[in-house]
Amino acid sequence: MDLAQYLPQLGSGLLVSLQLTVISVVCGYIVGLLFALGVSSTRPWLRWPTLVIVEIGRGIPALVVLYIVYYGLPSIGVLFANFTAAAIGLTFTVAAYSSEMIRGGIQSVPLAQREAASALGLPRFIGFTRIVLPQGLRSSVPGLMGLAIQSFQGTSLAYSISVNELMSQAYQVSTVTFQYLSVYAITGAIYVVIAVPSTWLSMVVEKRLSRGYA
Amino acid sequence: MEALLAVLIGLPMTLVVTGAAFGIGLLGGIPLMLGLRSPVLPVRAATRLVVDIIRGVPTIVWLFLLYFGVSIGGARLDSLSAAIVGLGVISSAYLAEIYRGGFSTVARGQAEAAQALGLGRGTTFRRVLAPQALRTSLPSITTFLLALLKDSSIASTIGVTEMVFAATTFARQNPTTAGLTPFFLAAGVYVLVSIPLAIVARRLDSRLTRSR
Repeated sequence: MDLAQYLPQLGSGLLVSLQLTVISVVCGYIVGLLFALGVSSTRPWLRWPTLVIVEIGRGIPALVVLYIVYYGLPSIGVLFANFTAAAIGLTFTVAAYSSEMIRGGIQSVPLAQREAASALGLPRFIGFTRIVLPQGLRSSVPGLMGLAIQSFQGTSLAYSISVNELMSQAYQVSTVTFQYLSVYAITGAIYVVIAVPSTWLSMVVEKRLSRGYA
Repeated sequence: MEALLAVLIGLPMTLVVTGAAFGIGLLGGIPLMLGLRSPVLPVRAATRLVVDIIRGVPTIVWLFLLYFGVSIGGARLDSLSAAIVGLGVISSAYLAEIYRGGFSTVARGQAEAAQALGLGRGTTFRRVLAPQALRTSLPSITTFLLALLKDSSIASTIGVTEMVFAATTFARQNPTTAGLTPFFLAAGVYVLVSIPLAIVARRLDSRLTRSR
């Protein structure tokens, strides 16, 4: 049987996977930044709860997060469509992982930078957003790029809550054609074609960035 | 309580899958690492490509490929073997990369000094370079083990009766009463298993660092 006629179906699945990736990465990094700020806060009532949330997000499998959002939350009256549930679950996981990377980046900025900013009379908020944060984010960029690539691969978990992304489409095609090996090989190749060059690109960016410091 | 027992039934299988895949990875990573460090360019490039492809395909796709796609003499792999082989192959690729990173931190002078002392290549590798490389790789290896523990949950999608499988089964059997409980319990057990692993790793790490 000719598998070529099923390629558009896989393509439409890829599109959904990419949408999920963009949503979970963009929202995840924003929430991750907020988590990072919370964890580095000096106020204990802000710091500890955020730390617990982040550690939970990093400590439990992404699959379990998806099941909690999709199968678990309806029992307390919160109901989401598959795609929304996947987007929320993946965003949470990405946020937890990225927050530690962002926090590490912010921490790597020498304290003298902050002191210099306040010596120049910059308000604390401006000093943070214009002096400390840009430098901190810069050193977390390689990690965040790697995480974005992993998130793309992680969208395949949304298959388990029946989001019609690439993996689900592959499963449907394989049950129609019975050509399991070829279908999953093609699917794997699609993921590789996107993930591997992105990894190489992130390595180039990492080299560029570290050159700037020299 | 009933839910906790139902979830815990899956714990041994989670540990079996994680342990077996990790074992395969620890050994399988060695030849791949040697390939990544090979002085012969074609070997190095080919190994790099293999490692990148293995890491580029999502775990769930690997498991489905092995479980549904591979048949040896008409017999398919059972779900447990497919999960262990799949996660083992993935672990080999990740650990090869971690080992390679460890070896790249060992100063070149160490190999030269060993050579000057008349040690053979094999002895130099096993007794001089590998222990030092392992020491620097250890934190990354533990981080990877903790990630693998969580990734073993993906085996539930091909029907391995591990913890997440047990949690979903319980949730299906008790649709009205179960609610969030089985998933939170499973999540809690993952965290509880990770903590002692992390503590042991930290101990081991600080002991190795002290001995330096």
